[in-house]
Amino acid sequence: MDWAYFLQQLINGLTLGAIYGLIAIGYTMVYGIIGMINFAHGEIYMIGAFHSLITFLICQAAGISGILPLTLLLMLFVSMVLTSIYGWGVERVAYRPLRGSFRLAALISAIGMSIFLQNFVQISQGARVKPMQPLIEGGITMMKSANFDVQLSYMQIIIIVLTFVLMVVFSTLIAKTSLGRAQRACEQDRTMAGLLGVNVDRTISTTFVMGAALASVAGMMVTLYYGVIDFYIGFLAGVKAFTAAVLGGIGSLPGAMLGGLLIGLIEAFWSGYLTIEYKDVATFGILVLVLIFRPWGLLGKPEVEKV
Amino acid sequence: MTDNNVQLEVEHLTMRFGGLVAIDDLSFTARKGEITAIIGPNGAGKTTVFNCLTGFYVPTEGRLTLYANDGPRLLERSEGFRIPRNNGVARTFQNIRLFTGMTVLENLIVAQHNALMDASAFSLAGLFNLGRYAKAEKEALETAKFWLNKVGLYDQADWNAGNLPYGSQRRLEIARAMCVNPSLLCLDEPAAGLNPRESSELNVLLQSIRDDQGIGLLLIEHDMSVVMKISDHVIVLDYGKKIADGDPDAVKNDPAVIRAYLGEDEDDELPPEVAADLHLDPKAQ
Amino acid sequence: MSSAFASSRTSGSEIVKELAFFAVIALLMSVMILGVETVDRPTGLELAVRWDLVLIAIGSTVIGRLALIIRREGISRLVQALMITLAAVCVFEMFVRFRDMDDRWASPVVLDMAVGSFTSIVVTVCFLAIVFAIAYFSMKEKSAVVVDESTKISSKIQVAYRSNTKKIGLIGIIFFFIFPLIFGENRSAIDLATLVMIYIMLGWGLNIVVGLAGLLDLGYVAFYAVGAYSYALLSQNFDLSFWLCLPLAGIFAASFGIILGFPVLRLRGDYLAIVTLGFGEIIRVILINWYDLTGGPDGISSIERPSFFGLAEFSRRVPEGSIGFGDLMGIEYSSMHRLIFLYYLILILALVTNFVTMRLRKLPIGRAWEALREDEIACRSLGINPTNTKLSAFAIGAMFGGFAGAFFATRQGFISPESFTFLESAVILAIVVMGGMGSQIGVVLAAVVMIGFPEMFRELAEYRMLIFGAGMVAIMLWRPRGLLSFRDPTILLNMSKKEKVAGEAK
Repeated sequence: MDWAYFLQQLINGLTLGAIYGLIAIGYTMVYGIIGMINFAHGEIYMIGAFHSLITFLICQAAGISGILPLTLLLMLFVSMVLTSIYGWGVERVAYRPLRGSFRLAALISAIGMSIFLQNFVQISQGARVKPMQPLIEGGITMMKSANFDVQLSYMQIIIIVLTFVLMVVFSTLIAKTSLGRAQRACEQDRTMAGLLGVNVDRTISTTFVMGAALASVAGMMVTLYYGVIDFYIGFLAGVKAFTAAVLGGIGSLPGAMLGGLLIGLIEAFWSGYLTIEYKDVATFGILVLVLIFRPWGLLGKPEVEKV
Repeated sequence: MTDNNVQLEVEHLTMRFGGLVAIDDLSFTARKGEITAIIGPNGAGKTTVFNCLTGFYVPTEGRLTLYANDGPRLLERSEGFRIPRNNGVARTFQNIRLFTGMTVLENLIVAQHNALMDASAFSLAGLFNLGRYAKAEKEALETAKFWLNKVGLYDQADWNAGNLPYGSQRRLEIARAMCVNPSLLCLDEPAAGLNPRESSELNVLLQSIRDDQGIGLLLIEHDMSVVMKISDHVIVLDYGKKIADGDPDAVKNDPAVIRAYLGEDEDDELPPEVAADLHLDPKAQ
Repeated sequence: MSSAFASSRTSGSEIVKELAFFAVIALLMSVMILGVETVDRPTGLELAVRWDLVLIAIGSTVIGRLALIIRREGISRLVQALMITLAAVCVFEMFVRFRDMDDRWASPVVLDMAVGSFTSIVVTVCFLAIVFAIAYFSMKEKSAVVVDESTKISSKIQVAYRSNTKKIGLIGIIFFFIFPLIFGENRSAIDLATLVMIYIMLGWGLNIVVGLAGLLDLGYVAFYAVGAYSYALLSQNFDLSFWLCLPLAGIFAASFGIILGFPVLRLRGDYLAIVTLGFGEIIRVILINWYDLTGGPDGISSIERPSFFGLAEFSRRVPEGSIGFGDLMGIEYSSMHRLIFLYYLILILALVTNFVTMRLRKLPIGRAWEALREDEIACRSLGINPTNTKLSAFAIGAMFGGFAGAFFATRQGFISPESFTFLESAVILAIVVMGGMGSQIGVVLAAVVMIGFPEMFRELAEYRMLIFGAGMVAIMLWRPRGLLSFRDPTILLNMSKKEKVAGEAK
């Protein structure tokens, strides 16, 4: 066995997994609080990618793209803020009016929203793939072997570190602040939380905004990491991130991250050792297996059927 | 038990959820043509007994034997839906579970699903409208009509079940369970939420089911006016354990029962109006 | 919520604040995605600025919000409708501007159109009038005193519809049967009608799964694909005829449904949805990558066309040993014959789907499906086997999907994985839900609205899916339970259907 190759797949997998994990948190939080798959979440991630790309191009036009840290911070900040508003808007338009109504109606309206956003970006930004030159190059050569050098690029380090920092920040936010308490209260019983003075509308909106902000970070990292985006990237990433959320146990934040990492690793190893064509089949296959044998996920709690 | 009139025999039933012991080594029998009531404070594990009996939970330990016409059956070995289908145990639910979007009549016909399925050869005969299915459907309709009359819902047969008043929904659920043609009927708080008039109507209905159909009834109930009047045999549970077993009068005066409901020697410490409430209406916990 | 506001009017400054808030939101949402375009240049991506679009986006948001405020405050329907028309003009303006990028800061397109020729004035006025009329009549007057005439009328229409579903269905069937007699020479009309009919059939098939059994299936297109590929492969590799393959395609799809369904059908609603979506994607990925069998992304071409029930061929040059349809009938050859034949074929397939579904509803299995949708736990307590019942719904739905797939393959003559994307599943599901779950006529209506209309407005090709998505959201907000959402009882004891309908409408 070639350990160098293995290590490289491990690094690639973790990087990819971090991105999936960030998107998965949005699914898991929204599912936790309103019990719905936010079908438009993948598109939010795609819009985040576009926001960061455009911010970069503006920086370039303004001539400040040479100052790399400033550019990156601007990309992060602008993309998070603007994309969050999309998250807010999606909830406001497609979910809030249907809250408490027929379940399938909200799902269809979410699918409609997803189709709308995808085509909105396609029309306004064009259908072609958007390339971007690499901003952060180079890396550390971790290991040399006969036919293969293991590379840990700076970009990968940034992705993994940033993901970790965001995870810590958001977990603390949910565990310690009154906002987090309100969210958990709404998860348990929305009506009762409302009666006890929790602003349910605002709490749900905030959940969508937080999810969108994290998805936009994922979008930005994908833009930087792969250097190409298009209007269609949201669908597949969305489904995989949802798989990650389910795998980790829907409603659980660490679960989403763990699920994301696992999905990333599976994908990397599957493409590294087996066939790259069927990597998506592997992901979906895992989703099916998890749901059949452990529907509450790795870190979730099993639900006892109430009769 | 050598008595051949036994309908159901529960031996050493134990149900654990993780560390929580919901039912602890419970044994009792229910007899054919009798109403057996299970009472006890909230959280005593009554509904869990029902869920074990009707296949919603698999008991952690214990044996549940149902004496059907053709011999004994072990319920704990049966998969959920097979218990009503093959063994004839039908039930109602504490929070009524009707098919609210379907009509009253449809609710009763759905309950005869298995008989109709057999007659229609898994719907194939029905698809081509063969005579044998038409006949079976007619019989099913007659059964439904019989129970509609029995529970006094004939005129509302075409209403959506969800539009019925609460008391009627309770009666419909009983009728629906009877359409399964059970040998044991389990009723989970059938009198909850009924007014005194409805509750005495319920007594009449349950007694007539017992006497006319000759089946065993198992009853969870908080309404003592129902329990004491109609049951032949009362079992009292507290924290998953059986604390009393006998005829209604014996149970009523059992000190263990009084303690379970009212707490030990706390009568004097309670404000008089609370104590009075507790005596009158034990379900207000 | 809004009724609480209606009693006490909001002050002017609050309204201004609210409008300003939404203006800022619109600005932030549009400033990059709309305001800046990424343009491909040989040197890399460059930016083009389009502030006019941002302004219009803000304008339409503010006007739209104002319309909502007016509605909330209980001001007349007329003003509301005017505001909505204005907002619609703004949106229209925005989309027209996407096209001609060089003409920055041009005068408004709508105005340009209106000052053009006489016809363009008429067109513009008509457009505005239609938008206005729709806005006006869809508004409900917000007033406690005035009896709501529009609701009264719509409930009358509902009663009339519900007590006459049979007649309406019959009229519909007759219409679809004589359709080719009216449009027989119009190739595109027949093509469109065939397409709509495919979706009606798919909708009816999925209606069994989603509408009756309440199982949310987001991967229905997989069965459509299985049907299409089984016909294409059987006919190419084993030279089997369409008439033999059609039932086989259905059987394959149904077995597929059982195999897929068995492990996953105990999952709850949303999980089932995501797993079926996963299955749909797996099938597509396999179709793309199993090059030796499926031809990969290139698909399978020159799939055999159906014969006239094995009696005659539709092609111009008839192969040896068989006769042409024209010769058989004693009429001259026309390329339309095949299209019209295909149209009738799918019409009959769809009607079979419909009649089987209608019949199954009144049988034990159909009633069990509906009972399962209402309450699974109660079903178990009545001795109904939930897994088998769900599987039967899944398999029968899949079977009709397979039939439709085989038809699709023979009609197109070419299939590739691209025809079987998630979007197709979403469209079919949307047809079912928008039609009103379980309503057969609703599916027809929704298919015509969702497939027919967009196809008719081909000029708006690029905006089609955009409008489609927005339309899905709008219809759900307007009628969460679908266009025709009521259930006909499968059996009645005392009442006639008319009495029941009238009783419920009260």
